[in-house]
Amino acid sequence: MSAAVLWATVLVASLASFALKLAGHLVPEHWLATDRVQRTSSLVTVALLVSLVVVQTFTDGQALSVDARVPALAVAAVALAWRAPFVVVVVLAAATAAGLRALGWG
Amino acid sequence: MATGLYGISFGALSAVAGLSVGQTATLSLLLFSGGSQFALVGVVAAGGSPVAAVATSTLLGARNTLYGAVVAPLLGVRGWRRLAAAQLTIDESTAVAVAQREPAATRAGFWVTGLGVFALWNAFTLLGALAGDALGDPRAWGLDAAAGAAFLALVWPRLAARAAQVVAALAVGVTIALVPLTPPGVPVLGAAAAAIVAGLVAPSRAAEEGR
Repeated sequence: MSAAVLWATVLVASLASFALKLAGHLVPEHWLATDRVQRTSSLVTVALLVSLVVVQTFTDGQALSVDARVPALAVAAVALAWRAPFVVVVVLAAATAAGLRALGWG
Repeated sequence: MATGLYGISFGALSAVAGLSVGQTATLSLLLFSGGSQFALVGVVAAGGSPVAAVATSTLLGARNTLYGAVVAPLLGVRGWRRLAAAQLTIDESTAVAVAQREPAATRAGFWVTGLGVFALWNAFTLLGALAGDALGDPRAWGLDAAAGAAFLALVWPRLAARAAQVVAALAVGVTIALVPLTPPGVPVLGAAAAAIVAGLVAPSRAAEEGR
């Protein structure tokens, strides 16, 4: 993306984010309090984040790929299972990938 | 502390994705929703279109609308304060506000948390962006792997319920199926669409199990 397109992306997304937040403050609470709305919202959040994990770890452009990011994600999952804080999880994953690449793999 | 380190990770990943320091700082000032910001730079880094980046970020920010509807009656503010309250409506400020029993503590919890996170998030995002710019080749530092780990850490606490686990598996399948067939950024939106369908058609009981 060019700098101008990136700026437009940043600003449009920012405007949309604020509009969504403000809408919540302006609409009557009961409009959004239904079980179906709450459930769908939380499931969409899960789907987006999981999909981003897959895209960031197992793809290279439009190809599926396996490289140093895969063991790095496995290390992150183990760290999360041990209730490591966010930054420890991220740093361990980066260190795993960096270490494997320094050894000449992935 | 957690916000600060989280902000550094975001700033560095944003720089690696190709956003300038100014663009990264603007996201933290104006968009101000961690998950949405990570998602936007994630789609940009994967080569997605501007439309896919905005759509993914916006869908992930939709939960802030629900938070706004919950905190607005507790805060009871009008005018410019309502605009400020809207901008500060995020996971952290909402969680702290609704955890309080006294109305005064609810209001204080919302504003102190919201403003505190806003200040820390912006300061450390800037630091991360400057550091990310100075690092050079992101792959040598494993920063591309850090992005996947960051998203996994964000979704981890949301995977306790059975319905969430089913949708997570569905999202993996849809994403892997769409990656070779569609432009970058579209698989993530496909996974979101699948979750909307699942949320609308699944019987209520299934969602309640395991909560």
